[in-house]
Amino acid sequence: MLNALISIIFDGLAYAMILFVISVGLSVTMGLMGFVNLAHGVFAMLGGYLLVTLMQHGGLGFIPALLLAAVLIALFSLLFERFLYAPLYRASELDQVLLSIGLVLMATAAMTYLFGPSPVAVQVPDYLSGQWTLGGRVFPVYRVLMIAFGFVLALVLWLALERTLLGARIRAAVDNRRMAEAVGINVDRLFQLTFALGSGLAALGGGLAVEILGLSPTFASQYLVLFLIVVAVGGMGTIKGSFLAALLLGVIDNGGKYLWPEGGAFFIYLVTVAVLLFKPGGLFGARAA
Amino acid sequence: MSEALHNYLRQRQRLRPVEALPWLLGLAVFWLFPDYLAFGAQVLIMILFALSLDLLLGYAGVVTLGHAAFFGAGAYAAGMASAHLGWHEPLSALVLAGFSAGVLGFLAGLVLMRYHGLTLLMLTLATAILLQELANVNAQITGGFDGLLGIAFAPLLGRFEYDLWGSTHYLYALAVLFVMFCLLRLLVYSPFGQSLLGIRENAKRMNAIGAPVYWRLVAVYTIAAAIAGVAGGLFAQVNAFVTLDVLGFHRSGAVLIMLVLGGAGRLYGAFWGVVLYMVLEDQLARLSPEFWEFGVGLVLVLIVLFGRGGVLGLLDRVRGVGR
Repeated sequence: MLNALISIIFDGLAYAMILFVISVGLSVTMGLMGFVNLAHGVFAMLGGYLLVTLMQHGGLGFIPALLLAAVLIALFSLLFERFLYAPLYRASELDQVLLSIGLVLMATAAMTYLFGPSPVAVQVPDYLSGQWTLGGRVFPVYRVLMIAFGFVLALVLWLALERTLLGARIRAAVDNRRMAEAVGINVDRLFQLTFALGSGLAALGGGLAVEILGLSPTFASQYLVLFLIVVAVGGMGTIKGSFLAALLLGVIDNGGKYLWPEGGAFFIYLVTVAVLLFKPGGLFGARAA
Repeated sequence: MSEALHNYLRQRQRLRPVEALPWLLGLAVFWLFPDYLAFGAQVLIMILFALSLDLLLGYAGVVTLGHAAFFGAGAYAAGMASAHLGWHEPLSALVLAGFSAGVLGFLAGLVLMRYHGLTLLMLTLATAILLQELANVNAQITGGFDGLLGIAFAPLLGRFEYDLWGSTHYLYALAVLFVMFCLLRLLVYSPFGQSLLGIRENAKRMNAIGAPVYWRLVAVYTIAAAIAGVAGGLFAQVNAFVTLDVLGFHRSGAVLIMLVLGGAGRLYGAFWGVVLYMVLEDQLARLSPEFWEFGVGLVLVLIVLFGRGGVLGLLDRVRGVGR
């Protein structure tokens, strides 16, 4: 019983951290622009495939390849932002939904064409693939570090948002875009920056996820709902909200599937509906969506 | 109401000769392509489903990512009634399918129509997935992942047997589509339909002039759900098989894409979009599934960026240039 509980929480936490790393950027960009972006998972997927390619054909190690993939995807996402997203900032949410579904379809097809439909794997270096034993229990190093990384990242992002000038600008723009523009904040520029950062983090999360969730061309559509749920449940534009929502949903999803394999996916949607019915703006949302 | 406005409204809802075209084409297909009638019946069912979404999305402006919930509810209602209760009479089973989905739509609408924006999108999406999971878990009555078997229906009107080529199914689907379309056409040009347009354009102002916006939305959500349920019931009857994917996000997304491709908010957009999408899919997906998927994505992006109004919108603009 205790063993089961520990493994549910441990695996759930590792899973939750992946969700957090990928979704946090989406939360901030949606909070800033209110853009309904179903294609955020595409950047995570591209990050994963770029990581695999860089390691196999570029001869890079896991960590350098991961970082390079995140930087490249962040730069690449700026093109997306300028040419595809920017024209639709003031469009209806239907248009935004359709555009991002279109992007998911194109990315899925392109990745199937390039890498084939079957899942690809990544070779994790030795120092990450071992196991640690603690109190008679075995914990995979990769997942332990993943959880630690998630907490550190959440702390860093939270400090950056609360304690830096850039963070203050972002918070101001999320709270009241017009007022922020009126006091001289260039919200468009701010948005480009956070969009690139968010996409880079998604790529990082996608790269980290290969070992835990696996990677196939359906990644973007398979997890699309989950990333959106994290944002909706946590509330748009808040790092604390995304972090706690990712923890909540990650552990519940993992626990549900562990305890009740046939109907496990039921729980997170139940939680989602319950949260949204009573708090339409999410748990920590600054405003109702 | 002023005389001019009255005339304008009357003018707009007048039957035009060109409106006979889809139905004549539908009958022509029956004679010209006897080998494609099974596929044709699937297209007709999808058109009916897309029409129900058009009422909701195109007329009332409610964006939903979970409309398949009601298609699936209708399919399972008709399927389970046949497989477990011995309800084999097809027409009354369609009524049952529409009624079940309508009740579900009413209950969901009571809750959902209080929300909008991202919250509503996520709620519609999550509700449909919840329903799918519910069907998956209750495998003893729904058949679960393996699908619902043992669906059989008595001959239509007690006389017309179903054949292997689907000719009875095709004409049956065409007739149901025609009847539902006539009802829908009456509905969208009625004062109720006009008030939906008002809500789509400016809900605040509709509230201000005293229209019961919330109840109108609940009503249209219920009607759209019931029509989707009829389409689902028809699907169960024609395929004699129901699986979990009738409720899936994939179906909700696909019908949205087809509707937008044809042009939302204009009734005939559903016809164009569904036929174009399904015929191209049938031809291209066989050659190369990736190419087809990439193409659909690209067309969606292009429609959003440059071609509002889908195929029919494009035709309007071509005609506008010619004038």
